[in-house]
Amino acid sequence: MSTDYNNILSRLCFHLKQLSSPDVVIVPETDLINELAIDSVKLLNLVMEIEDEFDISVSLNALADIQTVHELANLIYKIKSQNK
Amino acid sequence: MSLLDKLDAVAAARKALLPEGLEVFGTPIEEVYSATEARIGDRRILFLGTNNYLGLTFAPECLRAAHEAIDREGTGTTGSRMANGSYSSHRALEREFAEFYHCQSGIVFTTGYQANLAMISGLAGAGDVVLIDGDSHASVYDGCRLSGAEIIRFRHNDVSDMEKRLKRLGERSKSTLIVAEGIYSMLGDQAPLAEIVRVKNAYNSILLLDEAHSLGVLGKTGQGLAEETGLTDGVDFITGTFSKSLGSIGGYCVSNHPQLDQLRYISRPYIFTASPSPSTIASTRAALKLLRDGTELRRQLWQNSRQLYARLDGLGYQLGPQPGPVIANILDSPQQALLLWKGLLDHGIYVNLILPPAAPEGKALVRCSVSAAHTSEQIDHVGDVFAELRKSIFQ
Repeated sequence: MSTDYNNILSRLCFHLKQLSSPDVVIVPETDLINELAIDSVKLLNLVMEIEDEFDISVSLNALADIQTVHELANLIYKIKSQNK
Repeated sequence: MSLLDKLDAVAAARKALLPEGLEVFGTPIEEVYSATEARIGDRRILFLGTNNYLGLTFAPECLRAAHEAIDREGTGTTGSRMANGSYSSHRALEREFAEFYHCQSGIVFTTGYQANLAMISGLAGAGDVVLIDGDSHASVYDGCRLSGAEIIRFRHNDVSDMEKRLKRLGERSKSTLIVAEGIYSMLGDQAPLAEIVRVKNAYNSILLLDEAHSLGVLGKTGQGLAEETGLTDGVDFITGTFSKSLGSIGGYCVSNHPQLDQLRYISRPYIFTASPSPSTIASTRAALKLLRDGTELRRQLWQNSRQLYARLDGLGYQLGPQPGPVIANILDSPQQALLLWKGLLDHGIYVNLILPPAAPEGKALVRCSVSAAHTSEQIDHVGDVFAELRKSIFQ
């Protein structure tokens, strides 16, 4: 994966950290719902923050299949790549 | 996890949140005495969570019309209009809605939920975009899903956020349906319609406005926010429901776009469901007349709404951003909200409890809906009970 992806992953982990308890370690394989206990409302609000940061729009349809931190980072990466 | 295990998990989550024996959702109501009073268990209670904004559920004109329709046309249509035919009363109500809004045509649906489902899934499809307010009603979200279109949310009532998303879409903004609501059902605030119309025109999009909670409440003749703001011509499609100010059940859409009628042939929530029963149509027609001529009802409704909003605001409750018939008390935790809801019920006042994720921003709501049928004394009493409960809720 490119630096762009790594940058996205790093920013995403930063945002997720704000929503999680301090002792949780976030890695690409971390499950958003089961491990971070991010409910649907929190996830949607998080996505809005990310949309602003990367100047993209993430559709709800695309979010339906997202389980892990890596999958979300990859989705953002793909949308950003398409917009270039 | 098996299919049934999933339901067991739902039951466990409910049990963890709600005390044993307390039926918070779907509270059994044993008898209904009037638009504002009923019996729950052995207690006479005041309705303050019915959306019965104009208090028309017992209007003699509506009762009489419903009785006569049952005698004349029977209890039900027993099928869809596409397959079983279209009764004259259904067609008449559609004309009356179109005339009421000074629009070219109207369609009646079996519920308000289905009106949004039918319109959104009929207008947008794969390859299109639906741009919705984050606080949209579930019927809007579900209509979007049914459509197969790309669904993008904007921050609640934030038109600059909406515009940012339209801009990102480029040429696709022309195949974008924007959905907003006249009054939002949870917080009771109104959409910034003038700004929304300006932006949708600039990007050549289509706007659908759901007037479910604003019909009968806003505008000189009660059409809703579009009439209140003088922007009816700027809205492409207006949907709404019969189940609030009109006191029955059903939904509608009106528009000046001649294409509206084509929805009857492609929209599954319209095609594949039974049409409203004749008594429902008849009481709705009677209620629509009362609503249109209901200047005094609206004056009373707003007087009651302002009275309660001011009292609760003065007591220090955190409320939705603007006064109106939907008054949401915003609480930090489900436990606090549950305590307030139970306290009100113990004092004979029935309101709505809204817990996450249904409540915006992860909060919990104790939602009141005011009616024109409430008396000033009843509103005073509600205020007194809120005052009494405040100490125990926030101690």
